[in-house]
Amino acid sequence: MDSFDPLTLARIQFAANISFHILFPTISIAMGWVLLYFKTRFDRSGDQAWLDAYGFWVKIFALTFALGVVSGITMSFQFGTNWPGYMQKVGNVAGPLLAYEVLTAFFLEATFLGIMLFGRSRVSNRVHTLATFLVAFGTTVSAFWIIALNSWMQTPAGVSVVDGKVHVESWLAVIFNPSMPYRLTHMLLASGLTVAFLVAGVSAYRWLRGDRGAGVRHALKTGVTLAAMLIPLQILVGDAHGLNTFHHQPAKLAAIEGVWHTERGAPLLLFALPDEATQSNRYALGIPKLASLIITHQPDGEIRGLNEFAGAHPPVAKVFWSFRVMVAVGVAMLLASWLAAWQLRRRGEPAPWLARALVAMTFSGWLATLAGWYVTEIGRQPWLVTGILRTADAASAVGGGMILSTLLMYLALYAVLLASYVSVVFYLAKKAGQPAAANLEGVSA
Amino acid sequence: MNAELWLPVIFAGLMAISLLAYVILDGYDLGVGVLLPLGSDSQRDNMIASIGPFWDANETWLVLGVGLLLVAFPMAHGIILGELYLPVALMLLGLILRGVAFDFRVKAQAHHQPAWNAAFAAGSLLAAASQGVMLGRYLTGFAPGAAAWGFALLAGAGLTAAYVLLGAGWLIMKTEGELQQRATRWAQRALLGTGVAVAAVSIATPLASARIAAKWFTLPDVLLLLPLPLVTLALFVLLAVSLPRLAARQAAGNDSFCWLPFAATVGIVLLSFWGLAYSVFPEIVIGRLTIWQAASDAEALWVILAGAAVVLPTIIGYTVFAYRVFWGKARELSYS
Repeated sequence: MDSFDPLTLARIQFAANISFHILFPTISIAMGWVLLYFKTRFDRSGDQAWLDAYGFWVKIFALTFALGVVSGITMSFQFGTNWPGYMQKVGNVAGPLLAYEVLTAFFLEATFLGIMLFGRSRVSNRVHTLATFLVAFGTTVSAFWIIALNSWMQTPAGVSVVDGKVHVESWLAVIFNPSMPYRLTHMLLASGLTVAFLVAGVSAYRWLRGDRGAGVRHALKTGVTLAAMLIPLQILVGDAHGLNTFHHQPAKLAAIEGVWHTERGAPLLLFALPDEATQSNRYALGIPKLASLIITHQPDGEIRGLNEFAGAHPPVAKVFWSFRVMVAVGVAMLLASWLAAWQLRRRGEPAPWLARALVAMTFSGWLATLAGWYVTEIGRQPWLVTGILRTADAASAVGGGMILSTLLMYLALYAVLLASYVSVVFYLAKKAGQPAAANLEGVSA
Repeated sequence: MNAELWLPVIFAGLMAISLLAYVILDGYDLGVGVLLPLGSDSQRDNMIASIGPFWDANETWLVLGVGLLLVAFPMAHGIILGELYLPVALMLLGLILRGVAFDFRVKAQAHHQPAWNAAFAAGSLLAAASQGVMLGRYLTGFAPGAAAWGFALLAGAGLTAAYVLLGAGWLIMKTEGELQQRATRWAQRALLGTGVAVAAVSIATPLASARIAAKWFTLPDVLLLLPLPLVTLALFVLLAVSLPRLAARQAAGNDSFCWLPFAATVGIVLLSFWGLAYSVFPEIVIGRLTIWQAASDAEALWVILAGAAVVLPTIIGYTVFAYRVFWGKARELSYS
């Protein structure tokens, strides 16, 4: 069967694992800093409500972190089993970057996590705040190395290829490759937004349930304000990232915009069904010249079409639609966060309908982040490392049957864990609002 | 001296140290997980409290060990993990279940708690047993046939017993009262299992591989190596003698030497690991690849070595700090 060949299965399995994994670091990166913010607000003001907010969110952080750790371990095993050709060809770049992530970030965050979570009564307050900082710092350093490597795969620089192997000429050029600053900023902001909506959504949920203590108010305000501040930044950075893609990965950009043939004054497509067979869009609905205007900053600017990359461009529809999902979530985020920020400012509380909308958007950051990653990763195909290594050439010799059976196991496990995670987050929110005696109910149930 | 010659040796050493650290550190917390069903409800909380602040960092040593295999010996990484595809998948399943159950069991609805406790224990058992099977498969050079698989299963049972012994030793050190006394009894049973397994693996390994046999049983190596099995045997005897005495003392309220079973077990693990490492070196895939054939380019190894030289001492430093923060008997885990 064509669609069940080892390459496809290896890709699906890796994509499933990495998609599941990324959900949790996306939260823990920014959540670490939010917790540090709660903690330092408490340290400075002595206001118990900030400590309450910290105490609630640190539980969710612990749970998130555990899921990130265990799903991350899976990745370290699958690099070699699913993509043996990868290390063979680009090991001189990927090896050190991955090693530096483990050495400089993993141990730091994992070790100080214990002190951050359970050490408050065992170390001084100052050491505890320092541990919180080191955990947040560790997660961010981890993101730095991974994004450096991922960006290098997108826009390789600083290397030469000799005898079929990549050799590093300049580490600075490798790490700070052309798309790295954009991608890192974009990802860190995505993490910030994901956490902002998580905090706002769960706090709005507690608010709607009548749980309106100062700790919940602080958290709601923090979430909404953070979201309202970050979303315009994210739109600006996203635009800059798009320009960077236009210069360095024109095939990906053409897929994003659905431009089949090089054209001037390309429209911004709001809806279309890209069709690989006819090399055209069906049911296209667009705003004239806007794509050219956004990307080239000229209404009649030229966008290179997919026709210039015959046989080496990504699957168009997947990239096209992932991009639109990401942008749609971003627009919803802008509306919701600004409206909520305005209401909080004017009236000190959100309208019930808006609070419900925030609850509905609790995990909207995940949707946007995943969609964004699909744009960037599928958009890089058929390359694993642009211009250097094709995905097909890196694939494994492990049989399809073996991959399929473990894939099914992982998928079932991930479905259970994801459902458990979301339900426990809301369960914790529900329980936090009940007086201690009411918590005993559950024991007899 | 030629860097191409000694860089792979250094990296094989670093990888061995990471895996050894992993086996000891995650070994005791996996062992506690396997023992979890044997404790009462309140004892279970106590058992988990004793490993709570540590398990996460303990598991990072596995990421480092496998990471070093990937970046320093990529060819071996592909072959070994390809051959071990199924036990690795089962181990990951176990580690995932165990790691998440840790948090879910106290955070999910109360009536879900027994299920997460079961997931915790089952995950720990699955991870421990599959790691043992991986070790057994690795030592036979992934040989086909019922005998080789029988050996792998034996190694699976043996490593599980060793982890349980480590876990029981950890509990004897970190808890008190009834749980501590129970742990002492668990340790006595695990000691028997570990002893049988270590003996069986020691006998079977040279039988399975003529090359390893030649390494061990030629003069003068045999004289130099003799202390290894002898000291191991002495540690087993020490444990067998001291565990009943500790039990009697604990019953009388005397907690001195509570660290002895854990320390002696760590000694056994160190010696067994050293014995295995000696058997395998300098091969990395037995019968197929030496560390020099499998090694990455020196240019990548240099870059990693420079980082590791600075960072590893720091990691060891703050790991010691974390263990000192939670020194002494385990207390209830609390975020406040």
